[in-house]
Amino acid sequence: MTSVMIDTGNYIAAKAAVMACPDVVAAYPITPQTTLVEGIAKYLHTGEFKGEYICVESEHSAMAACIGASATGIRTFTGTSSHGLLLMHEMLHWAALARLPVIMCNINRVVGPGWNIWADENDSISQRDTGWIQFYCSSNQEIFDTVIQAFKLGEHEQVSLPVMISYNAFILSHTSMPVFVPEQKEVDDFLPKRKAKWKLEVENPITFGNIILPNEYEKVRKEMQDAQNNAKELIPTIAKDWKKRFNRFHGGLLEYYKCDDAEYVLLSMGAIGAESKVAIDNLQKNGYKVGLARVRVIRPFPTEEIIKLSKKADLIVIDRNISVGNEGVLFNEIKGALFGMSDAKVYGFIAGLGGKDVTFGDIEIMCKKAIKGKAKDHQIWYGLEEV
Amino acid sequence: MKKYKISTTISYPVKGAMGRTGNWRVFKPILDKEKCVKCLRCWIYCPEATIIRNNDDTVDIDFEYCKGCGICANVCKVKAIIMEREGKKK
Amino acid sequence: MAIKDLPREECYIPGSAACPGCPATMAMRTVFKAIGKNMVMIVPACCTAVIESLHPNTSFDIPTMNIAFEAAAAGASGVEAGLRKQGKTDTTVVAWAGDGGTYDIGIQALSGALERQTNFIYICYNNEIYSNTGIQRSGATPYAAWTTTTVGGKTEFRKEMGEIIMSHHIPYAAQTCVSYPEDLYNKVKKAKSIKGSKYIEIMAPCPPGWRFGMERTVEMGTMAVETGAWALYEYENEVVTFNGKSKLILEGKIKRKPIEDWIKYQGRFRHLFIPKKDVEKIKAIENHIDQKWERYRKCYL
Repeated sequence: MTSVMIDTGNYIAAKAAVMACPDVVAAYPITPQTTLVEGIAKYLHTGEFKGEYICVESEHSAMAACIGASATGIRTFTGTSSHGLLLMHEMLHWAALARLPVIMCNINRVVGPGWNIWADENDSISQRDTGWIQFYCSSNQEIFDTVIQAFKLGEHEQVSLPVMISYNAFILSHTSMPVFVPEQKEVDDFLPKRKAKWKLEVENPITFGNIILPNEYEKVRKEMQDAQNNAKELIPTIAKDWKKRFNRFHGGLLEYYKCDDAEYVLLSMGAIGAESKVAIDNLQKNGYKVGLARVRVIRPFPTEEIIKLSKKADLIVIDRNISVGNEGVLFNEIKGALFGMSDAKVYGFIAGLGGKDVTFGDIEIMCKKAIKGKAKDHQIWYGLEEV
Repeated sequence: MKKYKISTTISYPVKGAMGRTGNWRVFKPILDKEKCVKCLRCWIYCPEATIIRNNDDTVDIDFEYCKGCGICANVCKVKAIIMEREGKKK
Repeated sequence: MAIKDLPREECYIPGSAACPGCPATMAMRTVFKAIGKNMVMIVPACCTAVIESLHPNTSFDIPTMNIAFEAAAAGASGVEAGLRKQGKTDTTVVAWAGDGGTYDIGIQALSGALERQTNFIYICYNNEIYSNTGIQRSGATPYAAWTTTTVGGKTEFRKEMGEIIMSHHIPYAAQTCVSYPEDLYNKVKKAKSIKGSKYIEIMAPCPPGWRFGMERTVEMGTMAVETGAWALYEYENEVVTFNGKSKLILEGKIKRKPIEDWIKYQGRFRHLFIPKKDVEKIKAIENHIDQKWERYRKCYL
C-alpha cells in the first residue's frame, strides 16, 4: 500500500535514503542540507534506519568514510551542499575512479563569497568532470523516486559509479509537498542487495589504488566513460521499471513536456525546469509553438536525444550556472552536442544566479525573446542585459 | 586469489613486484654461519624481509631481492655478516 | 618477548619499491607480525603508497586501500563501519600514515576519528619530513634540520603530536621506534586487544631524508631514544608509562646522551658543524629537549 507523506525535499530524501537501506551514512551538516542529515538521525533514533551514521568532522571526511565503507562491499549514502560539495571535490574523483557507487544528495546552493544560501547550480555543475552520474530534480516526488533509482543505477553491474542527486536549495529542500511513498517490501523488491564489483576482504588481500602507469590509467578512464554510456541506456530503463511498479515517471534523461509540434524547445533543469511547465502552458495558450525538455541528467550527457530534438525545433536554454569566462554549462554543452549534427539555432540565457527568483513570467519573457528573434547568438544575462 | 572484473587500480600480491631488486645491490652481505649465534637481529631488522629464518633459527639470505642496505651487518653483534662490494674478484 | 618469539609469518613481500634501509618496511614487518593477516590497512599519500609497488602488483599480502593524503583516518572510519555492519568485528582496521599525513594535512580527519572513538589503530611512521615528495619540512621536522623547503635549517621546533593525541582521551596511545622491534610488537599487540581508538607513532629514521648511510637506520633510531630526542612511552587509561631507555632517562637513572651524538651522523644537521660549529643552535636543541623532559617529569613521573 502506497502512503502519502507531506514533507520537505530534505526529509523526503532522508526517507528515500533510509528505505534504500544503506549500511553506512557519513555526513556533515551544511545549510540547506541540514534537515536531510537530521532526518537520517531521526530515523536512526526511531530504529527505522538500521545502518551506521558516522557524524564526521567535515565533508571531505564524509566522502572519504563513504568510500572506505563502500570499499568493504556495502551500501552507502551521504548528502551535502555548496561548499561542502566543493570540499569533497578530491574525494568525488576518488569514489568515481574507485568505481564505488556512493549515492549522494546535493542541495544546489550558491558558492561564496559572500555568504548566500539560496539556489544556484554552480556547486554541482562544477563537479561535472568527476565521473559522477548527475541527476537534477524538480519536485519532492522526483527526489524520492530518483534517490531509490540512483542506488539501482549506481550499483548496476554495468555501471558501478557514484550518483549525485541535486535539487535546488529551499525551493525544494525546505518546501513541503505531498509524496507517494511505497511499502518497504516494494522498495526491497525493486532494489536488491548490492553486489560489489570489488571489495576489501581479508580472504582476498588486494591493494587498491597504488601507482598505475599511463597505459593502464587510460584504460581505467575509458571504462568509466563506457560505464557512463551504459548508464545512459539504463536510466530510462530503470525509470520505466519504476513506472510499471509505482505508476510514476519523471522522464529518462530528459522529461518531455508538450513537445509534439513544437518549433522551439526550452531546455532547463531543476526548479526552473518545474516552473517552465507553467510557462509552456501559458505560451502555448497564446499560440507559441514551444515545448519543454527538462534536463534530468547532465552526466551522462543526453547528446543523442538533444540532437534528435534539434532536428525539429530550435532550442532555448536557461542556465542557473555560469562557467565564468565562457558560458552557461548547459548552453555550452548543448551547442557542443549539436556541432556538425544540426543547423538548429540555440538561444541561451543565464538566470537565477545567487538564488534570484525565476518565475514562469520570466521564463515566458525569455522564450518570447528567443522566438521573436530578439535574442542574439550569444548567451544573455536575463535581467542584467538589454536585448 | 579472486580476480576482479573491473577496470580500476586493483593490484595483486606477488614476490618481486618491482622486479629482481637484488640488482640494486652495490654491497653484498656475506654470512659466516659459524659465527652466527641465532639472535635473529638481522632477520627482524631487515627492511626487505630477505633474511630467511630457518626452522632452527639459522638464517640465509635471499639474494634475488636483497637490496644490499647493510643493516644486517650493522646490527649483527658478533660480526657474522660483513658487506662486500658486488663483483669483487675473489 | 624476545626477537625469536616474534611470529615467522610475513605479510610484506620482498622485492618492493622501498629504498634500501627503509624504516617504513622495517616497522611494517613487525606491525604485520603483531596483527596477523586478519587486518585491513588504509594508506594515504606517503612513501608507503610507492612502496606497495606498481599496479597490477603489490608487495603487501593484506587487503590495502590507498586514500587521499588527508583522509586516512576518515577512510578507516568508513572501512571499520563497513566491516562491522557485516559482522566482521574480528578484523583489525589499521590506518598507516606518515608524519605529513598525520601531523599536518591529515590531523583534522585523525582528530575527528579519535574523538568519535573509531575502533581502529592509527599508526604514524614518523620520519620527520615529507619523504615521498622529496624531503620537505613537516610539522614533525626538528629545529635546525635541513629540508628542501628549510634550506638553512628549520627555524621552529616540532609539535608534540603525542600530547595532542592524549588530549583526545583515547584508550591507548604509544610512542615507539623501529630500533626496538619487541617494544613495537608489544605495543601493536596491546593496541589490537583494546576496543576504541588506538594511536601508535613509530620513530622512523629515513636514510635519504636525514642524509645518513642506509646501513645506519637502526642506529639512528637508537640514538634518537638515547639522546632523548624521542621518547618511548605508553598512554593507557589516562596514565602515561615510559618504557625502556626512556624510562631510565625519566627516572634519572641514566643521563640522556648529548644531542650531538645523534645529529653529527645526519647530513641534515651538517650546517651545524661545517664550516664551523654552531654552538648556539646546538645549545638551543639541547635546551628544548631538556625542557621537554622537564615537562615529562612534572607530568608523568
